[in-house]
Amino acid sequence: MEGMSTIVKKVSQLVAGIIFMYGIYIILHGHLTPGGGFAGGAIIAGAFILLILAFGSSALNLKKEVAGSSNTESVAILMVVILAIMSLLMGIKVFFTNFLPKGEPGTLLSAGVIPLYNIFIGIEVAGAILTIFLALVIFKEESSK
Amino acid sequence: MTVYLLCFVLFLVGLYGVITRRNLIKIAISLSIMEFSIFLILVLIGYIDNGLAPIVDPGSNAQVYVDPLPQAMVLTAIVIGLATTAMLMAIAIRLYRKYKTFDIREIKNLRG
Amino acid sequence: MELTISIILGFMIIGAIYAIHAKDLLSAVIAMGIVGYGLVICFLLLKAPDLAIVQIVIETITLVIMVAVVLDSTRKELELPFDRKSLVNMVTGFVIFAGLFYFFLHAIEHLDPLGMHSLRMAEPYVNGAVELTGSINLVTGVLFDFRAYDTLGEAVILYTAALGALTLLRMKGKKTV
Repeated sequence: MEGMSTIVKKVSQLVAGIIFMYGIYIILHGHLTPGGGFAGGAIIAGAFILLILAFGSSALNLKKEVAGSSNTESVAILMVVILAIMSLLMGIKVFFTNFLPKGEPGTLLSAGVIPLYNIFIGIEVAGAILTIFLALVIFKEESSK
Repeated sequence: MTVYLLCFVLFLVGLYGVITRRNLIKIAISLSIMEFSIFLILVLIGYIDNGLAPIVDPGSNAQVYVDPLPQAMVLTAIVIGLATTAMLMAIAIRLYRKYKTFDIREIKNLRG
Repeated sequence: MELTISIILGFMIIGAIYAIHAKDLLSAVIAMGIVGYGLVICFLLLKAPDLAIVQIVIETITLVIMVAVVLDSTRKELELPFDRKSLVNMVTGFVIFAGLFYFFLHAIEHLDPLGMHSLRMAEPYVNGAVELTGSINLVTGVLFDFRAYDTLGEAVILYTAALGALTLLRMKGKKTV
């Protein structure tokens, strides 16, 4: 896959950072404003896809990237299960209990474990979408050779 | 009631595509259209007149909010829809490389 | 409200019919975008901003993946003669439509009219959710506290789909002659 022209490369370099920050904001404020792990993870994956489309696949080592993204999503889903088991061990013996202090509703540091779940689900969604996209790109590269 | 009827018509259009088309890409598109109609009918059932979006303002008094349960169900279903579509695309491109066609009937005949 | 959503749904149905009948696969994929982005407007009108954000991003990524696949293979729709098998398919389709329509007319009698929904199931999810979960976004509260098993299952499905795509695309097939 070829990269695009210099103007496209420069503009996507500038915009991708802002999109990435917006995704992180959506994830961290998931319990206060519309959004959450699913939306934020998809936005972060979109930022990476924009960069890959603009710069072409020759600019990066695809095999290493896909190994990294699939490892990341594996670790993220493992962390979700570990959080659930931690709530089984602490407090009342139920899966997915909210065992941390709730805090004052409406502030950033509130809602117990929900922000943690949001962060890990966001990483998982971003990793999964990026893995599928990179697998398609690698398949195209290998078959066009 | 017309809204529910139109949603059902959209579902039938997708079903017609799945039954009559023979191109793998067209079948994937029809499946996505069926998914969209199901999402819309679930959210329509949960809508309440003059209800607010389900984000509570801690200071204010009790108000009417839209039903959050169908929205939470649809939120997971949308992401699963992307995963299944991407899976279908992977299968389609793999089959195209082997058989040089998207026609499912021809792929069935060429098996082996 | 009902009229606005009906008009948008009408456009979505036209887009869907064009997507199924287009002669060019690229324009079929773009016409599917009409349905997806129309759905975003419907979600915004129906007071579901969470869903609108997710749907607009997911629809864009789906379009990117589908356009990449279509440009990588072929853009032409198959040129098929109208034979007996396709006639059988169409007749089967319309028989199934008639049956489904009959059940739909019976099912719709038990549904509340639009906007008159009664919170039977979701009553405990709405009242007291802020005290129980601490999250003022009720959708997130339902998603990660009351129904966290659903979310875990969804994450597992996404993980499996990613691994499945990786396995399908990276395995070495038999050499084609």
